[in-house]
Amino acid sequence: MPSQNAERGLIERRSRAAPSGDRVLEMREVHKGFAKPSGEPLPVLADINLAIAEGEILGLLGRSGSGKSTLLRIAGGLIKPSSGTVLYRGKPLLEPAAGIAVVFQSFALFPWLTVEENVEAGLDAIGLAKAEARRRTQSAIELIGLDGFQSAYPRELSGGMRQRVGFARAMVVEPVLLLMDEPFSALDVLTAESLRTDFMDLWIERQLPTKSVLIVTHNIDEAVMMCDRILVLSSNPGRIAAEIPVPLAHPRDRQDSEFRRIVDEIYSILTSRTTESLSAGNHARGPFAHPLPLVTVNRLMGFIDTLAQAPYNGQAELAEIAEAFSLDVGALFAIAEALHMLEFAELKESAIKITAAGRLLTQSDTEERKRLFREHLLRFVPLAAHIHHVLSEREDHRAPRERFELELEDHLNPGDAEKSLLAAIGWGRYAELFEYDDDARIFALIGSNSESAL
Amino acid sequence: MEQHAEVLIGRTWPQRVPGWRDLIAIALVIAIVVLLGSGARQMIAPLVASRGATISLSPAALPNYALRTTLRMLAALLASLIFTFLYATPAAKSRRAETVLIPLLDVLQSVPVLGYLSFTVVFFVSLFPRSWLGPELAAIFAIFTAQAWNMTFSLYQSLITTPTDLIEASRSFRFSGWQRFWCLEVPFAMPGLIWNMMMSMSGGWFFVVASEAISVGAFQVALPGIGSYVALAIQQRSLAAIGWAIIAMTVAILIYDQLLFRPLVAWADKFRFEQTAAQVVPRSWVLDLFRQAPLMKFVTAPLGSGVQAAARARLALPRRPAWLVPLIPSRPIADVAWYGMAAALIAYATTRLVQFARPELTWADVKIATDNGLLTLARVVILIILATMVWVPIGVAVGLRPRVASKVQPVAQFLAAFPANLLFPVAVYVIVTFRLAPKIWLSPLMILGTQWYILFNVIAGASAFPGDLREAAASFRIRGWRWWREVMLPGIFPYYVTGAITASGGAWNASIVSEAVYWGSTRINGGGLGAYIAQMTEAGDYPRIALGIAVMSVFVISMNRLIWRPFYAFAERRTRLD
Repeated sequence: MPSQNAERGLIERRSRAAPSGDRVLEMREVHKGFAKPSGEPLPVLADINLAIAEGEILGLLGRSGSGKSTLLRIAGGLIKPSSGTVLYRGKPLLEPAAGIAVVFQSFALFPWLTVEENVEAGLDAIGLAKAEARRRTQSAIELIGLDGFQSAYPRELSGGMRQRVGFARAMVVEPVLLLMDEPFSALDVLTAESLRTDFMDLWIERQLPTKSVLIVTHNIDEAVMMCDRILVLSSNPGRIAAEIPVPLAHPRDRQDSEFRRIVDEIYSILTSRTTESLSAGNHARGPFAHPLPLVTVNRLMGFIDTLAQAPYNGQAELAEIAEAFSLDVGALFAIAEALHMLEFAELKESAIKITAAGRLLTQSDTEERKRLFREHLLRFVPLAAHIHHVLSEREDHRAPRERFELELEDHLNPGDAEKSLLAAIGWGRYAELFEYDDDARIFALIGSNSESAL
Repeated sequence: MEQHAEVLIGRTWPQRVPGWRDLIAIALVIAIVVLLGSGARQMIAPLVASRGATISLSPAALPNYALRTTLRMLAALLASLIFTFLYATPAAKSRRAETVLIPLLDVLQSVPVLGYLSFTVVFFVSLFPRSWLGPELAAIFAIFTAQAWNMTFSLYQSLITTPTDLIEASRSFRFSGWQRFWCLEVPFAMPGLIWNMMMSMSGGWFFVVASEAISVGAFQVALPGIGSYVALAIQQRSLAAIGWAIIAMTVAILIYDQLLFRPLVAWADKFRFEQTAAQVVPRSWVLDLFRQAPLMKFVTAPLGSGVQAAARARLALPRRPAWLVPLIPSRPIADVAWYGMAAALIAYATTRLVQFARPELTWADVKIATDNGLLTLARVVILIILATMVWVPIGVAVGLRPRVASKVQPVAQFLAAFPANLLFPVAVYVIVTFRLAPKIWLSPLMILGTQWYILFNVIAGASAFPGDLREAAASFRIRGWRWWREVMLPGIFPYYVTGAITASGGAWNASIVSEAVYWGSTRINGGGLGAYIAQMTEAGDYPRIALGIAVMSVFVISMNRLIWRPFYAFAERRTRLD
């Protein structure tokens, strides 16, 4: 750590002092698990050790299901860890603390309060004198650029203005540590950019009372744009897979080569994590240990068709293609992982490359595509093969959904189990491998099963 | 900066000079206070020796009667509100309380209103033997039992569905339990609660006759009010008096709707949780008047901020002292203790009931009650089907025409609020005059009041039907029966189910007052469980009243569980697109 700080000191020319090393928040050996239906714990977070230093913005990056939002809530004292300790300014954090404020993805504004009342609500627990509360409210409103909107109700505001209220409400308590849970992801690209820039300006000019920030995001660009340090979380259970310092001066430039290099580095970390966990899941922990990414066949086909054509001609940098399609990490990796799983494309470092089968797929007509997809589904997606197998074995070629749900929930958390099954249903329907009746919640085989020879 | 600007422009100070709005507002306030006061004074007056009260059939007496009745209903509404907060809050907050309180509420809701009255009236009268207050309380309690349950369910539902992100926000700002309750949970529950208060008020009117002209066995008392007026009119076969009563009640409903509920609904609009702007913002001239009247604003402002301060005060419970923590029993032990206690209580109540009923009741009684229940069940089912066949097409036709819908919808809601039993005498008059078969022709009375719920829910569903789906259906030239089956009926289904649940519940409740009716000394009995309970109430036969009530509860609960809940779940799942 000291050497990193020294290095950063050389590059940095911003007015804010480098992280001083005083720890605002610290997590030691934090684990979090939820109970499975069978009663055994299902780990969501494991071996989390981290420290947020004074003066830094720490980013938490990961795909959905990596437990990053859970981690943020643990940092805010909203959720208790199953084991391990959380220290806020050296003292154990057992419940929400006075110096920690949260900005929510959904804004979480009280719809029945005006902008001013919403901001003031942040102070209710502190019990300030009325005049003092008014003064702080007014200054937070001015700081965040909400002046003139005091008497508006949230429903009268655009998404961007609503999140500004969210920021002002967090700022009015003058938090030492600000926690942000995907604060810009519910906003459109332009609005998110303007809000982010405004926030960073305030941060750099040290106009905020806040000493440190922890931000959860699934937007790699955003993380590299804002953070001093980024922790990449792996999934199932969420662990810290990598720590990446971002020793760039503010304001940062997306086109800067060092910026691009860090973005690519993060992509390749996420890629290697994905491929590793895929192969590990297949071998070590049985067919259901790895959840299926919930992607529609349409998206897969659209993606691979584009990948096959110019300018990509079968190979693309993930960062590049994410920008071209304006996909966030979650959506991009869901597609890439699905294609990798089905062996229509291969993920390697920060790039994705089409396979021979994938090329054949893009050149086929609809019927042929379905046949090829069915073949790969049976061979490479254990869950789909399993459903097909069970249906073939059964006398009446039918099985209730609950049967598979229970099996899945032994290995995955309920959310992942649900998503995996939905993905399998979508792919199986497209491949005409089986059909599913949602009223009766029953799977059934389509017609004769002569093609199950594989 | 801004406050200064306002002062300079001269908006703030000169406004406090009283204006015409203040005069009207003050007049309104004083009138309401005087009326409420005089009504309340009569309520606590000493009981005159002769209990057959002097009810006058003169129309001139009606304004006072209407006031007394309305006052009773408002008192019951207040009691219901207090009950709602005291009952729904623990049910929503404590897992253990929930497992006991919610099934209990389900049962309480299914017990017909008259059932409570017969068992409690003597108790209330004995509380204040020398004052009108006893019978008054009994009547208020009867109305309360018609009002409280749906409000309680509504608050409970809202409390357990409070959005997680708002709960997290309030926790992260370290709201105390008190602050969270009043600043988050109650505001979130407000629109549903107010809507249910309005429904309750209508429900209360329905039983006004039964609760004011109390007659359980030998005990008879008539409280001055519209209900007693109607009862006397029926006794004396005066159609004219019934006409006057209907007019008086209509006026009363319109007045409290304008003075109380419209302002409440308009005010509560800000608590709507949807983040989108409303299509139609509810307005109220009374609320506007009070909001705009400068002096009123000046007077009420401290009151408002006082309420706000109370809601926002911390009032946090002190932390559990450390020495206490080891003494708190662990969860499994506490669970065992709690459920053991509940089981013991249920066992005790059951033995007491058996002891009470055993010497009096035989299995033959159970069979009679059940047969009567089946008859009433058949009536309810047939009537719901008939009402569906009539009101669904009409509701769709109206709902698809926004201009018509905006005119018809308030009328349908008013009709739902209108106590249909006031029209019973008219129907009975017709049945008697034309010698119609009571078993068949009394039946429609059961649904007279509640069919409107089907109508206005269908209208709401058809109005909300997506325009693009209609256009798609039109462009594919889907017409006739196929249009109904594939386009419109699935679209309005969830709304229809909501309406039909209310209508069927209401019909069961109404059976007690509609299956056996009087016109003067002529008594018409249509048979059925309602008639059975009414008959036993008249005879003061408590074991059989209890039996009838129990059988009805069983029927209502099974119908809800076996028919309406699956329908509702199906509607929720099937007709959603996301």
